[in-house]
Order: sequence, then structure tokens, then C-alpha cells
Amino acid sequence: MIDFELTANDRKLVDGLRAQALVARGYARYYDENEHEFPPDELEESKDFPTLGDLLEGRTDEDTPFGVAGMLIMAGQTWGDYSVRMRRPPGGLGNAALRAAGTPEQFAKWQNLTLAMAITEPGCGSDPSRVQMTAVRDGDEWILNGEKIFVTTGCRADGVIVWATIDKSAGRAGIKSFLVEKGAPGFVVSHKEKKLGIRADDTAAYVFTDCRVPFENLLGLDETIAKKSSGGFRGVMKTFNMTRPGVAAIGIGMAEAALDFTRDQLRAAGVEIEYGPGIHGQSAVTDKFIRMEALYEASLLTIWRAAWLSGEGQPNNMEASVCKAKAGAAVREITQGCIEILGPMGVSREHLLEKWFRDVRITDIYEGTGEIQRMIIARGLLGYTRAELN
Amino acid sequence: MISFKLTDEQEVVREAMRTFAGEVLRPLAHECDEASKLSEEALGQCWELGLVSTQIPEAFGGGGEPRSPITNVLVLEELAWGDAALAVAALAPAGFAFAVADQGTEDQKRRYLPLFGGDHYHAASLAVSEPGPTFDALLPRTVAEKRGEGFVLSGAKCFVPMADRASHFLVVARCDGDLGAFVVPRDADGLTVSEPEKNLGLRALPTGVLELEGVEVPAADRLGGEAGCDVRRIVAGSRTALGAVQVGVSRAVLEYAVPYAKEREAFDQAIAQKQGIAFKLADMHIEIESSRWLTWKAASRLEQGLDATPAAHFVRSYVAEKALWIADQGVQVLGGHGYIREHPVEMWYRNAGTLGALEGTLSV
Repeated sequence: MIDFELTANDRKLVDGLRAQALVARGYARYYDENEHEFPPDELEESKDFPTLGDLLEGRTDEDTPFGVAGMLIMAGQTWGDYSVRMRRPPGGLGNAALRAAGTPEQFAKWQNLTLAMAITEPGCGSDPSRVQMTAVRDGDEWILNGEKIFVTTGCRADGVIVWATIDKSAGRAGIKSFLVEKGAPGFVVSHKEKKLGIRADDTAAYVFTDCRVPFENLLGLDETIAKKSSGGFRGVMKTFNMTRPGVAAIGIGMAEAALDFTRDQLRAAGVEIEYGPGIHGQSAVTDKFIRMEALYEASLLTIWRAAWLSGEGQPNNMEASVCKAKAGAAVREITQGCIEILGPMGVSREHLLEKWFRDVRITDIYEGTGEIQRMIIARGLLGYTRAELN
Repeated sequence: MISFKLTDEQEVVREAMRTFAGEVLRPLAHECDEASKLSEEALGQCWELGLVSTQIPEAFGGGGEPRSPITNVLVLEELAWGDAALAVAALAPAGFAFAVADQGTEDQKRRYLPLFGGDHYHAASLAVSEPGPTFDALLPRTVAEKRGEGFVLSGAKCFVPMADRASHFLVVARCDGDLGAFVVPRDADGLTVSEPEKNLGLRALPTGVLELEGVEVPAADRLGGEAGCDVRRIVAGSRTALGAVQVGVSRAVLEYAVPYAKEREAFDQAIAQKQGIAFKLADMHIEIESSRWLTWKAASRLEQGLDATPAAHFVRSYVAEKALWIADQGVQVLGGHGYIREHPVEMWYRNAGTLGALEGTLSV
């Protein structure tokens, strides 16, 4: 039955996360202004709070990380802060890739590592077919050479799933993904990026120089170069289908925080939001606020839609892009609008709104820009291949 | 529990409506728009689907199916995809009937609901909109003044659907510092029903202006009796219904624009292969999805008996704007052909613009 109300179990989860999120807010500014430090996994004030496992107890969701419950977790945590997130679900983007593209044996072997994902290079981002990093087979090993940038969680991760080409002349079909553990000879974390927002979240740059990994570190163990299909891309696309709604949910959690903050400030100043009357019954401010709330709600529902399909085991390629594109634009408009309403209070670093405004800006960029999402959606609508629309 | 799952029955209903809209409504839409006249036959066929009558309790002559705003938004999207004017006409009686079923006294149900249980279309309408530049559904200027045991209504209503034939109107008015809804029969003294209005879109839908000059309404015809009714709930039902109609129109636009853009070539390529067009289509799709889920959410709040006013407000402000934007983009994708009446897109553009200005014409 169509239903959008949270259950008692959902409430328990969201309320529990919010209690922790409020503690995290107390640290948000510090780690924003001390970019080089890593926020702790646990904070003193909340160390006796229920664990994520406690909060998830009694749920039957088969696919919590990517289903609707996963979205509640993402948004519930980032409602506090993007970077100071206690008891994050273990793993990174690389773990999702391992799940999608690895063999069952590979998954079993590495699933407990926190894995980053390294695709972007100094010369290629949205078009990964231009990957320059190479992998050359040498007996039972691969030799990796190249550079990777913008690697999320790249400093803290135990290892990385890295994209490299085994045959540049084969284009996309020649690109394969490899698991490289930290400490592999020739693998260096060269620096941590300085960013507009999500500052405490580490974003690394890697250099691989004659880095050797065992043959078995090729995800999927398939080194053949498919003639027509896009080979290794498929596994990664599956990864993004799974993670894009979560990325959208992270953004929407911060947008919700911005709306809540703005509503509270307006209320304290004697401005109540009253639903029902149209523009003749609203001030410019309340009308604007309600429109932003509608935009928030619309975005949230597209996220739930994509995640619900995932939980049902149904394909959600288009929906994952729809929610990522929608939320990517919405969270900017919402945080910009909240600043516009609150004026000086909105831009003061005394409050977190200006930080949310900076933090959410990443939503429309990473894991596929809004433009890439629109390309995917349009191809789906039009029945076009990559060659027909690019 | 958060779920987008339709019941098996809803799947069947939606599929049946899709077929009906494609086979019966869509082929007539252009002709009816040009003639500013509904197809009475199609309206009759639509009624026979039982969209209103089945949800009237058995005790009052209906089919006794549970009231389901969710099923109704699914139905409305499909019908409106075929023809929005006919969709509004088909569900306009629901604006009256469902309000009585949901909020009427036993006496009111007994007197009015049997009108809607039969095999033939019966018109009775909500009267919410008002002429004048400052109209707001929840801030009406029409007044119901208490006099003796009853009320006296004064004011004017416009865009009242099926006004040419409605037997009764449910008039929303200010009353005692609050809002109320009052049943006014067509032949009430002091009530004048205008000739059909001429509107930008939904041209086939007959709408009219009601002038109420000291219309006396007995206490028994105040919806909900002495306790009154929740007008916000009536308005929320209407806003949700309009949202579903808008989503249907939007989908019609996109589904027309996509094959056109693949067919039409410019500079040695289908225009759909250019990002300028492809991204428009993608954005139209994104907004259709967003709008549909907002509408479903409002419907689900109504179905569960929860406060639906904020959710319906979001539908009202967001979906209306996006539906017009989508139709506008549809015209642009077709270029000159979008402006020519041979293609339906200009009609959808007018319809979307008109729907955005409506309140209280139908319900779920």
C-alpha cells in the first residue's frame, strides 16, 4: 500500500540518530575550521547512546544500506553534520563497488575493510573512459601506474578500488577495477584536498608508481576485453545506482537542517508558518519558505522512490539519477534561500547555516554531476545509447 | 511504512484507466476543445466506470467500496493524460459527494448521497473559487450569516464546474469567524447561475459563475450540521485531485515531446541528440516524478485520515507551477509546431495554465 508515514521503528531510528546529530553539531564548527584534523568516531557526550545496531533492531529491511532505512540513516546523521558522523555504517563507496563487481570470494575476503573508490584523475572526471592510469599484467601480478584525485575517505580508508586501463586502445572496454590495500609498495597518498565545504571529510590524492598487486585483486577476475559491451563499467554503474540515492539523502539531511533552523529563527521572531492559505494569505517570506519546504519534500520523495525500488530488488537506474539530480539542485536552492531569508544571521559563522550552504554544494558534483544525471535520464527516456547522446 | 507499492487492485484499475484514456478520451480531446463542448457519451462512459458511485456507502445506494484518495489520484492521472477537461468533469461530482460522505451528517448523507449511486452521471459541484484579483480558497469573501435557525449566503463564486447542469452546489463561505460549506440547490431563491464562462483552457469543461444574493440555507444544510465541517480538508482533497490532473497533463506533454524530438532533425541530427533538448526532456521527467510523489503523499495522508493541509499545500504550490513549466517546455521542444493547434501541446499548455488557477473543482 502506498504510504509515506514513518513507522515506530523508523521513528526510533531517526530520533536516535538525531540525538547523536545534536551532539555532533557541537563539534561541527571545530572540524570545519581545523580541516587537517579527523573527527573522532565516538564523542564523549554520546558514548552511551544506542549504537546503530541498537537503533536498527527489530527491522526486517533486507537491504538496509541502500533501501529506505539507509536513506533515513544518511539524512538523519547529516542533519547534524556532514563530517562529524558517529558510528557511520562501515565501508565507503569502494565497498559498494566490491559488492557489485567482485566475486563472492573477493567480497568475503575484503568486505570488512573500509574501501575508497578512485576513478577521477587530473585529466578526467565525468568521462571515465579517458582514464590514463594503466595496469600491466606481469605474471601473477598487476603493475599499476598513474594518479588519482578527489578520492573520498581516501586518507582513512584501508584500501581503494582503483580504475585503470589494461589496454588504452580498447577505450572503455579496457578499463578494469583493482583493489589496492594501503601499504602496497608504490602506492602513496600524496595530499589531502582543501575544499569549500565538507572540510573534515578527507578527500585524498593518490600516486601509483610501479605499484604491484596480486592478480586476484582484479575485481571480477575477468581480464578479457569485451568487443562491444562496456565491460567493467557495468559493475561500477551498478555501484552508482546503489549509492546515488544515499548521496542525495546526505544532501537532503543538511537541507532539512537548514529549513528547521530557519523555521525556528522565524518563530522566535514571531513569524509562524501557516499552511493552507495561498499567496494572498502569505508574506513573501512565508510563501518562499513553504515553497522551499515543498521542494525539500519533492526531493526527499524521489530519494525514497529510488531507495524503495532498490529494497524491492527492482532496477532503479533512472530513479537513482532522478533523485541525485533533483536533490543536487534542491539543496542548493534551499540553503541559498534560507540565507536570503535570514540575512546576516545566515552568513554568520556563529551559526551553522553558512556551513550547510557550503557543505551541500558538493551534492550536485560528486558521484556524477547534475549534468551527467540528466544525460543518463535522457538516454533512458529516449532509448539512446551513449554514442547517440553525449 | 514508506512504500510506493500499489495494491493488486490499484494496478488493475490504473491499467484499465490507461486503456480507457487512450482509446476513448484522447481521440476526442482536440475536437471537444475546439468545440468547447464535452462529449456527453464519453462522460457517460466515464461514469459507468463507477469512479464516484462505487465509493458511496451501500446504505446510501452506492457500491460500498472504501473511500480511497490514493486510488482516485491514480485514476485521475490516467484520465487527465487522455483529456484533462473530461477528467475534471468526471470527478467534479466527487467534490460534492465525497465531502458529504466524509463530513456530512447522517441526514445529509441520506438526502444527498443516493443522487450519486445510479448508472447515470449526476452533476453537483463544489463552489470554492471567487471572482476578483485577491481570491484565496481559505479566505473567501462569500459570507454565511446566521439568521434564525438557518443561514443567509451572499457573495459570488466562479469556475464552478458543471454549473450548467448541477442540481446542487456545496458553497464554501465565511461563517462565524470560521469557514463553512453549505448545500445550495440549483433552484434556491437568490441564486443566479451564469452562462458558461469562456476560459483559457479546459474549454470543453462547462463552468459558471454563481451569484448568491441573500440565499437562505436551512441549518440542516450546513455541512456537518451544527458542528460544521473542516473546509481545509475539502480544499486539501481538491488540491490533491488537481495535482493528479496536472501530473497527467505533464505526462501527456513529455510522452508527446519525446518521439517528436527523436523524429525532428536539425543540423544533421535528431534534436533529441542535442543536450539543449535532451536536458529539457530529462528535467521534465524529473519534475513529473517529483510532482507525482507529492500528490501521492497528500492522497495517502487523506486516506489515513491525517492532517493533509501542508502536503496539499505543497501540491498546490509545487505541482501547479511545474505542470505549467513542463507544458511550456513541451511547446518549446516542438518549436513552431508547438504553437499550431494541429498538435495537442498548445492545448496542454493552456490546460496547465488553467489548472494552476483552479481551486475546489473536484476531489479525491
